[in-house]
Amino acid sequence: MIKKLFFFIFAIFFPFTLVKAENSPVKAAEFKPGEMIIEHITDAHEWHILSIGNTHISIPLPIILWHEGKLHIFCYSKFHHGQSDYGGFRYMTDGAYKNKIIYVGNNSLGNENKSPTIPLDFSITKNVASLFLSVIALIIIFLTVARAYKRNEKHAPKGLQSLLEPIIIFVRDDIAKSSLGEKHYERFTPYLLTVFFFIFFNNLLGIVPFFPGGANVTGNITVTMMLALFTFLITNLSGNRHYWQDIFNTPGIPWWLKIPIPILPLIEFLGLFTKPFVLMVRLFANMTAGHIIVLGFMSLIFVFGNINPAFGYGISLISILMSIFISLLEILVSFLQAFVFTLLSALYFGMATEEIENSNHK
Amino acid sequence: MELITPEVGLIFWMTLSFGILVFILGKFAWPTILKALRNREKNIEEALQLAEKARQEMNQLMATNERLLNEAKQERDALLADARKLADIILEEARQRAHTEYDHILALARQAIKNEENAALINLKNQIGALSIEVAEKLLREKLSGEEKQNEYLQRLINEITLS
Repeated sequence: MIKKLFFFIFAIFFPFTLVKAENSPVKAAEFKPGEMIIEHITDAHEWHILSIGNTHISIPLPIILWHEGKLHIFCYSKFHHGQSDYGGFRYMTDGAYKNKIIYVGNNSLGNENKSPTIPLDFSITKNVASLFLSVIALIIIFLTVARAYKRNEKHAPKGLQSLLEPIIIFVRDDIAKSSLGEKHYERFTPYLLTVFFFIFFNNLLGIVPFFPGGANVTGNITVTMMLALFTFLITNLSGNRHYWQDIFNTPGIPWWLKIPIPILPLIEFLGLFTKPFVLMVRLFANMTAGHIIVLGFMSLIFVFGNINPAFGYGISLISILMSIFISLLEILVSFLQAFVFTLLSALYFGMATEEIENSNHK
Repeated sequence: MELITPEVGLIFWMTLSFGILVFILGKFAWPTILKALRNREKNIEEALQLAEKARQEMNQLMATNERLLNEAKQERDALLADARKLADIILEEARQRAHTEYDHILALARQAIKNEENAALINLKNQIGALSIEVAEKLLREKLSGEEKQNEYLQRLINEITLS
């Protein structure tokens, strides 16, 4: 299984494994923890693997740009970290478009007067690559598990199957069944399981500090936004009459809250959007915060080390212990956030599919 | 700001890959897994019920066995008691019979002894009679051996007759 996984990782990245080693031009730059941390939790066009001294080893990822009706695909290494343009595109390392790729045309580096146009960036960034990895890994894992189930249906689970089975049952029984009820839970369980394992797996992958992990996928606002959007769409597409009635004409409240100014319907309508918004922000903030804390502790070593090397070594012990502690906490948070996101999704689905008889006694 | 600004590229890739994930897992993985789990739970439930039923049957069987055993034991005890009683009766009867037999034999023996005794006594009397006759004969012969003596005797006899 693990061998297979590595094979896939290798297969995906083989075209880009032109591992680049280079020397940073600036020697002994001042350590800026804020920048370092932000750099680690945001997206990038290369996947940093290792630094030895001033030599950085990283995988440059492909750039895919859509500009003026044309698709441009090339490797990030062509930019030489923003030091040179390629095909009229420039990678900005500073300023308002920091870390963005802008179109400067064929005029070389000199022309700064022309206002830059920004092409649509569909690049396989670090997060996208990590996303692919995790999606492929999840597909392989669960197809294997499904095959195992098919093969020995009557027997006790084995291996990977027995590791995942309690979690699958937990999601099915404690999340789906308890918030959706016997009647509707089967319809939503596959989605809930997928969301749960996607978030959980990516959270765990985010904690791993080196290559296959290290990307901050679930701590990326876009990813959590899309997840929340999926939940939002499913909730509102499966909403029944009763659900919409509850929103626009809530029964059991004084009429003057609805007419002439529809205060309550307005609030309820806003609630439609705040719910997924909260889902998005919670997952994003929790995962990002965890990473920031761990990186912060690591930064302490270098901050103190800049003052005095001995001080740096001294503080490293505490820093490492603290980051181990936070990392362990992060494992718990990984599970918890996956659980919370899935549970809330299930609750929203439950609200959308609730039958009238069930809610009358509320 | 970069941290909280959604990016169009990632939106695209996320929708695509997550959509594929949901589709593939929803089509090929989850139905199989959930069905297998449901089937197994049903199997386990059934097996448990069966085991419970078997246990109850076992208990019933054991109770029946116990009852049968007790009954058999009671029967055996009753049989033993009967046999003992019968033996006692037989023994008693035998003793009784032996006793009567003994008495009977004793009586017979006594009778026989008495008969024998009587016979012996008669015999003895006869012999004594014969003996005394013989003695008297010898005495008479001795006494009446001379003529004179015979005459004397005759005389006395005649005297005796006349006197009376």
